[in-house]
Amino acid sequence: MGEDSESPKINHSFLRDYVTEADVISTVEFNQTGDLLATGDKGGRVVIFQRETESKGECEELGESGEYNVYSTFQSHEPDFDYLKSLEIEEKINKIRWLPHQNAAHFLLSTNDKTIKLWKVSERDKRPEGYNLKDEEGRIKDVSTVTSLRVPVLKPTDLMVEVRPRRIFANGHTYHVNSISVNSDGETYLSADDLRINMWHLDITDRSFNIVDIKPANMEDLTEVITAAEFHPHHCHLFVYSSSKGTLRLCDMRESALCDKHSKIFEEPEDPGNRSFFSEIISSVSDVKFSHSGRYLLTRDYLTVKVWDLNMEKGPVETYQVHEYLRSKLCSLYENDCIFDKFECVWNSNDSVIMTGAYNSFFRMFDRETGRGVTLEAWRESSKPRAVLRTRRVYTGGRRRRGDVGVDSLDFSKKILHMAWHPAENIIAIAATNNLYIFQDRVNAENQ
Amino acid sequence: MFSKGTKRKFSDGGEEISEEGLLGARVASSYSLQRQSLLDMSLIKLQLCHMLVEPNLCRSVLIANTVRQIQEEMTHDGSWHMVTEAFCSAGQSPSERLVATEVLCRSREQDAEPKVFSVISYEGCREEEVVADETLCSVSVRDTVSNVYLAGRMGQCWEKNELSGIERDEEVLEDSRLGSGEDEEIDTEDEVSTEGPKTIGQVFGTFEIKNGSPGPDSALEELFSDVDTSYYDLDTMLTGMQSAPKMGPYDLLDSLGPSHGSPSIMSTPNCRSDLNELDHIMEIIVGS
Repeated sequence: MGEDSESPKINHSFLRDYVTEADVISTVEFNQTGDLLATGDKGGRVVIFQRETESKGECEELGESGEYNVYSTFQSHEPDFDYLKSLEIEEKINKIRWLPHQNAAHFLLSTNDKTIKLWKVSERDKRPEGYNLKDEEGRIKDVSTVTSLRVPVLKPTDLMVEVRPRRIFANGHTYHVNSISVNSDGETYLSADDLRINMWHLDITDRSFNIVDIKPANMEDLTEVITAAEFHPHHCHLFVYSSSKGTLRLCDMRESALCDKHSKIFEEPEDPGNRSFFSEIISSVSDVKFSHSGRYLLTRDYLTVKVWDLNMEKGPVETYQVHEYLRSKLCSLYENDCIFDKFECVWNSNDSVIMTGAYNSFFRMFDRETGRGVTLEAWRESSKPRAVLRTRRVYTGGRRRRGDVGVDSLDFSKKILHMAWHPAENIIAIAATNNLYIFQDRVNAENQ
Repeated sequence: MFSKGTKRKFSDGGEEISEEGLLGARVASSYSLQRQSLLDMSLIKLQLCHMLVEPNLCRSVLIANTVRQIQEEMTHDGSWHMVTEAFCSAGQSPSERLVATEVLCRSREQDAEPKVFSVISYEGCREEEVVADETLCSVSVRDTVSNVYLAGRMGQCWEKNELSGIERDEEVLEDSRLGSGEDEEIDTEDEVSTEGPKTIGQVFGTFEIKNGSPGPDSALEELFSDVDTSYYDLDTMLTGMQSAPKMGPYDLLDSLGPSHGSPSIMSTPNCRSDLNELDHIMEIIVGS
C-alpha cells in the first residue's frame, strides 16, 4: 500500500487491498460425501459449492478431479440486537455442520453467536405446467375461458436450488456459541457456548437440554471457559469439550443428565521449563476433533497440535510444533491480540495426516507415520490453478535457503484459521481471509 | 512487524543486559519492568473490551487470569509495597506506561454477566495505602498474603472498601468524600462510573498540588465532579498524560520498575511520612 510521494493524484492503491469485512470466511465444512462444501462468512452468508462429477476426457485417468463450483448462496443470519443488554449480535457464521444425507435434500446447521438454524437445500428441476385455473405466468384465468379440463404435468426445467430455513433454535444460549456437533444418532446435536453445552433434538426448537454448565455461582470466580465441543463419531452417548486451560473432558451422557462431572479428563502437566505468564494462554485449546476412527482426539493450542489417545488421559501421544519460533514473540503477540487467534485443526480421511493453519497464509500438515511436518502456502500470487504447491520454510537459524521467510517478515494479518479436509479423498479447503482455496492431491505418474 | 506502536522490546529481555557488575540486579529490574508492562497492557485490554460491542469472554478470562497471576507473583515478591515508596521519590521520569488500573475498574460495567466479569477488587484497604489502593486497585500493599482477586460486581465491594479506607485515613477528606458518596448512592446506576473520576480526580488532584501544577481549583473540580469521565481519563492517560511531569498513578507504576535496583528507593517500608505528607496535601485542597 505504497503512497505516491510526488504524484498529486489521489492514491487509490489502498482500495485494491481492501477486504470487505463481511466477506471474510469464518467457517468451512465438507458434507459427509464430500460432494458439497459449505462456507460461512462474517456477513452471515453461506455459500455452498458442489463438486462437478462429470469426468472430462483427459482427466479420467487421474481419477475424479472434479472442480467445485458455486451451487447456492443464501443469507443465513442477519445482524441482530439484544435489547436487554444493548449489545449487537453479530451475524458472523461461527460453524456449519451438515446432517447425514437421508433423502434427496441436504440439510445443514449454521450458527452465529446465539441462534442455530437448520437449512434444507433442495433441487428443483421440474415444474408443473398446464394448470386449469392459472395461466403460465400464474395469473388467474377467467373461468369463462376454460373450455376443457386437463391434468397438469411435470416438465423439466432449469435446475433451481432452493434453500429454506426449516428450524430455528433460538434463545438457547446466553454466551457465544462456539461449536455445534451432530450426533451419530442422527436425531440430536449439541451446541456449546463459553459456559454451557446444550443438546437439542433436530425437530424440537422450543426446548433443549443443558448437559454441561461450568458457570460459577459467582462470576468473579470464573477462570475457565469452554472453547470447543464435539460428539463422538460412533458413540452417541459420548462427547468431548475443551477448555481455555488446555484440558479436555470426555463426558458420558449415560452417567447423569448433567455432565458437569467428566468421565475422563485429558490434561498434560505443565512443563516447568517453559513456564511464563503466557503459559496458560497458549495452552488454551482452540479446536478439538475426534479422529474418524473415534479412537483419537486432535487438539490445537497456540503453538502445537496434539494427538490424544482416548485410553490415555495423562498426556498426548503425539505433539507437533506448528510454529515454535513464535515462543519468543509471545509478548508482542499478546499485545496485538494474535495470541488469542483460534486455529482449527483437521484429520485426513484415514487419520494418518493432520493439518492446521498458521500465519502468513501458511498452513502445516503433519504425517503421523513419519512425524514430519510440511509448510504450505495459500496465497494467490504464488500459486496458479493446477500448479503444484511448493513447500515453504520459516527461517529459524542454520543455513538459509532461498525462499525462506524470516520470522519478522511474517504477516500476522494473514492467518489461516479455518479449513476442512474431504472425508474420503485428499482434497482440502483452506479459508484465507476472504478467499477459499481448494487443493487436490494429484494421483501420481503411475497412471500416465 | 506485527507489534503495534510498542516502544518496548522486552521480548528480547535477556539480550539487552550484557554488562557485568549490576547484572543480577538489572536482570531482576528488567524482569519486573517487563512484568509491570505486561500488567499494564493486560489491564488496558480488559478495559478496552468493555468498550467493544460484546467482548469475547474467553479472551477476557485469559487476560484476567494473566493479571491475577502477575499480581500474585508481585505480592509474593513484595513488590506491591514499592508503590507507596513512590510518594517519596520526586522527579520521576514520565513513564511510557499507560494505565492506572483504577480507571480500568471504572468501566461502564453495570452488572454485565456476559460482559467481562473481571474487575479488580480487593479486600482490606489499608490506611497508609489509600492512594496506592485507588490507583492500583490492588491489594493492600502491606499485607502480602492478602487476597487479590478479580471481582465481578465491583460496584458495591469497591465502593465500600474505598469509602471505608478513605474515611479511616483522611479526616479532612472524609467530609468531602461522604458528600460525594451520598450523591453516588442516589444514583445507583452510575455508582460505578461516578466513583471513578472522583477518585481519579482525587489522585490527580493530590499529585497536582504536590508538584505545584495548575492550582487547586481544577483539583477541586475533579474532586466533586459527577460526570462520568472514565473514558476521558483513560484517554488522557493514554495520550496527553504521558508527557506530563506530574506524578500520576502511572508514576507509581513506574517507580515499581526501577525500584529494585535504583538507589533512590527509600529503604523504609514504613510510609507514615507519606501519610503525613498526604494529610498536608489534602488540607491544602480542602482548605482552599
